[in-house]
Amino acid sequence: MSDDEAETIEIMTLPLDAWHRAHGGRMVEFAGYWMPVQYEGIMAEHLWVRESAGLFDVSHMGQLLLSGDGLDDELEKLIPADVKGVALGQQKYSLLLAENGGILDDLMFSRWPGGIYMVVNGACKWDDIAHLREHLPDDITLNHLDDRALLALQGPKAFDVLKRHTTGEWPLEALVFMKGGKFEIAGVETYISRSGYTGEDGFEISIPADAAAKIADLLTAEPEVKPIGLGARDSLRLEADLPLYGHDLDPETTPIMAALGFAVASKRRREEGNFPGAERILIEREQGAVTKRVGLIVEGRQPVREGAAVLDQDGSTVGKVTSGGFAPTLGQPIAMAYVPVAMAEPGTRIQLTQRGKVHEATVAPMPFVPHRYFRGAAK
Amino acid sequence: MSRYFTEDHEWVHVDGDIGTVGITDYAQGQLGDIVFVEVPDEGKTLSKGDDAAVVESVKAASDVYSPVSGTVIEGNAALGDDPSLVNTDPEEEGWFFKITLSDTGELDGLMDEAKYEAFVAKL
Repeated sequence: MSDDEAETIEIMTLPLDAWHRAHGGRMVEFAGYWMPVQYEGIMAEHLWVRESAGLFDVSHMGQLLLSGDGLDDELEKLIPADVKGVALGQQKYSLLLAENGGILDDLMFSRWPGGIYMVVNGACKWDDIAHLREHLPDDITLNHLDDRALLALQGPKAFDVLKRHTTGEWPLEALVFMKGGKFEIAGVETYISRSGYTGEDGFEISIPADAAAKIADLLTAEPEVKPIGLGARDSLRLEADLPLYGHDLDPETTPIMAALGFAVASKRRREEGNFPGAERILIEREQGAVTKRVGLIVEGRQPVREGAAVLDQDGSTVGKVTSGGFAPTLGQPIAMAYVPVAMAEPGTRIQLTQRGKVHEATVAPMPFVPHRYFRGAAK
Repeated sequence: MSRYFTEDHEWVHVDGDIGTVGITDYAQGQLGDIVFVEVPDEGKTLSKGDDAAVVESVKAASDVYSPVSGTVIEGNAALGDDPSLVNTDPEEEGWFFKITLSDTGELDGLMDEAKYEAFVAKL
């Protein structure tokens, strides 16, 4: 038996390192850190999040605070979002773009009283900081909040659990999907947003690193909550059609190719056309890109994974699988792939090859598993 | 009848010149939830160390090597319907394939159970 594991050097530890080990987390290297890939098992953890609530440690991600005069104008030169239109407590998904329209990273940002709070991918954060520092004027301050941990509490019971422990200016239910605010948990100051990477209702909780173990203990002491590793995080996000940077997104990929057109939804930003790669991205938005990210339902039981080739009717390689695995909620293999736009319609049958074997797949409507975000009380 | 182990965490249970091959409990624990197993077809000739089967967990695909040379006489069809047998009963019901050994002398290079346990304890 073999297992390909990359050799690594100087792996760093995160604030909850000892906590994960004490809770039976199997630690692996990810984004330069030791992180738990699983506790009791990926399948059980995945299903637990879909039916109850799971606590994820995502402290490897970069938490940044940008401030200074003219910040909105300057940031709009680097990302395609309507930064100016983001009010206090609102959160938006956006993309750090290269001059050619390629994606350097995907990110969340929100308005804080003193600036813009941004969360970027752990594996990209050092490059992102360098990119921001290089392109933002010197009078914009960039603070890397590396004294803070980031937890995610995700699942249909996440609200009930968190409600028991939060106090603040507003009740927790005031937070709907993609809103954030300051709250206290057990006397600890936190910033909580209603967002996540699973497709479920849930929260991301920024806390001082030295309080991380205390908060993790408090939340996992609730019967609804179990700690969840990176393995289930990956299978959950795949089912929810949430791309993973470095796999489904990279500098060769534009927002339109990546089916992230909503990231260029601001009419003002499109008319101004002053974000990196705007010319190309706006043409692709009108005329379509050459290739497009799609979801695939794979026939049979064998997972088709990143790197598998997409074939056309003549057997030529015309695309590639960028993420793939077994979907615990669906009980079958699924994948994300880039395919020519002519093959991107849901229902299109597609052939994939992996290790010399052909697999049949069908383009699926996305997400594979419906999102259950909380957008407000039913009217 | 005896059971032998490889450093790659396969076991082979030998009865006469027939070997039954699987992966160890340690191996299934490392792999995690198994969602697919591809076993070799009957009649396939394998040399010791050849890729013989594929085992896929939620997370990754791994090759299983043949611990001995010979000709496959049966793949475990039960794994097609229920690959999780490899998790629940790796060293009995979760076997991968049966093979007619072409050279029983190859067994001398494998570990017995005590040696394998000592080997795993050091990992």
